[in-house]
Amino acid sequence: MSDIFDRQYDVIVVGGGATGAGTARDCAKRGLRTLLVERFDFTAGATGRNHGLLHSGARYAVTDVESAGECIRENMTLRRIASHCVEGTGGLFVTLPEDDLSYKDTFISACRSAGIEAQEIDPDYAKTIEPALNKEITSALTVPDGAVDPFRLTISNVVDAQLHGASVLTYHEVIDFIRKGERIEGIVVRSTLAGRSGGLLYDKEIRGRIVVNASGIWIHGLSQKMGLGVNMFPAKGALLVFGHRVNNIVINRCRKPSDADILVPGDTISLIGTTSSRISFDQCDNLEVTKEEVDILLRGGAELAPLLAKTRILRAYAGVRPLVADDSDPTGRKISRGIVCLDHAERDGLEGLVTITGGKLMTYRLMAEIATDTVCHKLGVDSECTTATDPLPGSSGTRESEIEKRVFPMQPDSNVLAAKERHGSMLPEEKIDSGDDADLVCECEKVSVGEIRFAFDSLYAGNLLNLRRRTRLGMGTCQGGLCVSRAASILASRKGGEAAVADMKEFLQERWKGMIPVGWGRTLAEADFSSWIYRGVCGLSSTEGTAGAENIEN
Amino acid sequence: MTGIESKYTVEGNFEECLKCTVCTAYCPVLEVRMDYPGPKAAGPDSERYRLKSPEFFDKTLKYCLNCKRCETACPSGVRIGDIIQAARIKYDRQRPRLRDRMLAETDIMGRAASFMAPLANPVLKNGIAKTALHVLGIDRHRSFPAYSHGTFASYLRKIQDCQKRFDRHVAYFHGCYVNYNFPELGKDFVRIMNAVGYGVLPLERQKCCGVAKIANNLIGRARHDAEINLSAIRKAVIEGLEVISTSSTCAFTIRDEYPHLLGLENADVRDHLLLATVFLARKAENGEIKLVFRDGYRKRVAYHAPCHLRRLGWEAYTLSLLRMIPGLELVRMPAECCGMAGTYGFKRENYYSSQKIGRKLVSAIMESGVEAVVTDCETCKWQIEMNTGMEVVNPVSVMADALDFEATAAANENIGKLIENKL
Repeated sequence: MSDIFDRQYDVIVVGGGATGAGTARDCAKRGLRTLLVERFDFTAGATGRNHGLLHSGARYAVTDVESAGECIRENMTLRRIASHCVEGTGGLFVTLPEDDLSYKDTFISACRSAGIEAQEIDPDYAKTIEPALNKEITSALTVPDGAVDPFRLTISNVVDAQLHGASVLTYHEVIDFIRKGERIEGIVVRSTLAGRSGGLLYDKEIRGRIVVNASGIWIHGLSQKMGLGVNMFPAKGALLVFGHRVNNIVINRCRKPSDADILVPGDTISLIGTTSSRISFDQCDNLEVTKEEVDILLRGGAELAPLLAKTRILRAYAGVRPLVADDSDPTGRKISRGIVCLDHAERDGLEGLVTITGGKLMTYRLMAEIATDTVCHKLGVDSECTTATDPLPGSSGTRESEIEKRVFPMQPDSNVLAAKERHGSMLPEEKIDSGDDADLVCECEKVSVGEIRFAFDSLYAGNLLNLRRRTRLGMGTCQGGLCVSRAASILASRKGGEAAVADMKEFLQERWKGMIPVGWGRTLAEADFSSWIYRGVCGLSSTEGTAGAENIEN
Repeated sequence: MTGIESKYTVEGNFEECLKCTVCTAYCPVLEVRMDYPGPKAAGPDSERYRLKSPEFFDKTLKYCLNCKRCETACPSGVRIGDIIQAARIKYDRQRPRLRDRMLAETDIMGRAASFMAPLANPVLKNGIAKTALHVLGIDRHRSFPAYSHGTFASYLRKIQDCQKRFDRHVAYFHGCYVNYNFPELGKDFVRIMNAVGYGVLPLERQKCCGVAKIANNLIGRARHDAEINLSAIRKAVIEGLEVISTSSTCAFTIRDEYPHLLGLENADVRDHLLLATVFLARKAENGEIKLVFRDGYRKRVAYHAPCHLRRLGWEAYTLSLLRMIPGLELVRMPAECCGMAGTYGFKRENYYSSQKIGRKLVSAIMESGVEAVVTDCETCKWQIEMNTGMEVVNPVSVMADALDFEATAAANENIGKLIENKL
């Protein structure tokens, strides 16, 4: 670890979301000595708190044809390079009786000019291919939407960055910059694990020739530390997770983008989103979903797919869209569309700092490419970007060949397939199909002991919350009620019992937070059941020692 | 809100599952087969994955006995067994083998074998035939129950004139076993019903209840038979008759599997389809009929409640009826599955699992020191007979053995008809 702090880097990327991880990958692949720093865990910010929609770009076609074009190009790229993170479900844009039918024609022509294939189909046919659709729809269009798993995508980028020599540092917050006159020469980081699991409080300097700020909404605060004005506008978006897949095709509402008009099938669940409301910066670290937001989402969702009104809701969560002010607008109130890459030497006369923001999860790779181009240009490195053509770790090999005939299967085929879908070619079958590796930890999401060990060893998981993001542990119906104790016992063998118990409390607390806004019916019964197990049977108290650093990130 | 449809979800639905895992503790297959995922995993857990893609269908779901013990255990009312069977129906692309068809087509096999019973019975016991069947996939340790020469249905038709003379009537769903293998049980039933004042009428038509066809994924054939049965039962119910069965599994299939797995609505007739013990216990308890038993009847028997009877919640009726017999000492067996599960235990690949599952019940019976075993299900009977060598009888036959028919008829002011009918 001390090694990491002492090295000299060409580039330090701040922010472990998709953009930061993508930038680290691109930099490392171009031969730069790279460090990726993240305050908590990868995907803990906006990357892990969105729809997981593989946008075709159609949603932006009418209002922002340039972004729409970027989306569709990156959509096709991701299908190639990140096949294990992407599911080509296809998408529908549907008109309901109360919607303006004429919008459809504007929409089709806008899609055409953005290069998005939007095909009008018979509404009855649409209902056949997607039985969950509202029967009242008056028009339907198909677009090349899909689902993308932002957790897998980000981790794959991190793994690839490290394969190409990058260093990785999580749970370290940038508290200051090393500044010599008008030049940034590195960063000062502070451990965020202090006071938790025996973590120590320390600050460290790390030196790098260029710092790339890819910290999303937190760009605002970090820029302020250097007296730079990069104005961000935090916009909160809430989503609901349903207990199982209600739809197998993405359903969008064909109208001007509004609340609760996208229903995405993501892995084993369906997601409805989003809402949009401006919040203050101090709210960004502690997002809560309100009753009103749940109402808006449920109502909107049931309009798209009436079945949602009767479907169990697993949880509610919210993320912050990192909207950025347009530099061309002197008032600073106009929001920029598209990708914003700022070379602060040119903009503010401060050398050694590049800010990348303003895009979307869909365009993370393009953002990374633009940022890396800027970095390379500044360092005088002449190197081609290969991230659009080289597959990510896990995405090599075809899906068909993934599940082989096993001689002595220890796990049902479906369990192996589920793990294979999560990690693609990164996870060899024998790791989850022999000895106690084959035992299931999370039954809802079919996560085995072997997969947990793989995540600890190869996917930068150090605690239970990390494990959830890497494997879907505790993301299923019981929300960790049955599996978190088992996962904790594996963790205990690595970190000790006390740390594992503290982690377990945090995990349960985090799951509970998502269940509160939708705490009725079976969701409430489930939470109750978990509480009987952990408080009633195991005697775990909810009051002591849960206020760890990571509570903020949840 | 309009247009809400449970298109994807089984009614009584998998989302009710709280993951408490009680079902898994009650699954008899899980104890003996490492490769079976268990009811929770195969049912509600995997259903979420199957909704994502049919690729997640596991072939090992065929090891489910369909005993429904998981459902009986579930505190949330999740129809776990149904979810598993429905998944097999929906996703299993493997076509039933010849062996599966032979086992499932009880009517075709039964009609042929009972026509040629004097020939068929020794042939089926013959070593060469058993080896041939073993090759087909029917385990050589198993014997088919002997076929009766002549069916019960033809007997019931023959006695219709006198049955019609009774003031009150019931319709009888005799099922395949009574019809082709063991008409004696049907005859016991008729005698008892006559003694308490009921004439027994046949249904207009009846086919196999379909349990074996459902288990062997012959759903089209099962539905065809089920539709015939339902329309005949419906006709009887409209005429004001209760429809009685002497097999717990037939009753269970028609009441629950028809709507749950075959998609056939039966709410209008469901409550009128009863097991004989239920009908008799209810009538006797509220004084509508009187039962008089033979003096000097003494027997000590073990009672095994079939899993499907327990799922129906009817074990209490059979018990209360049997307890009315003064000379009968009843030893209740632990609530274990016998492991036979209809055609399941006949299959070569299931034979050892089936035997292992039944071990607990078999040893409990052996240790109980009884003269005979009583159970409401014919396939439980085969399994117990094969493994204990003991006589296994239906509660109806126990009643027939213990009843003083003349005194009962007299008590029910029915003696005249009994003599008239020379019964």
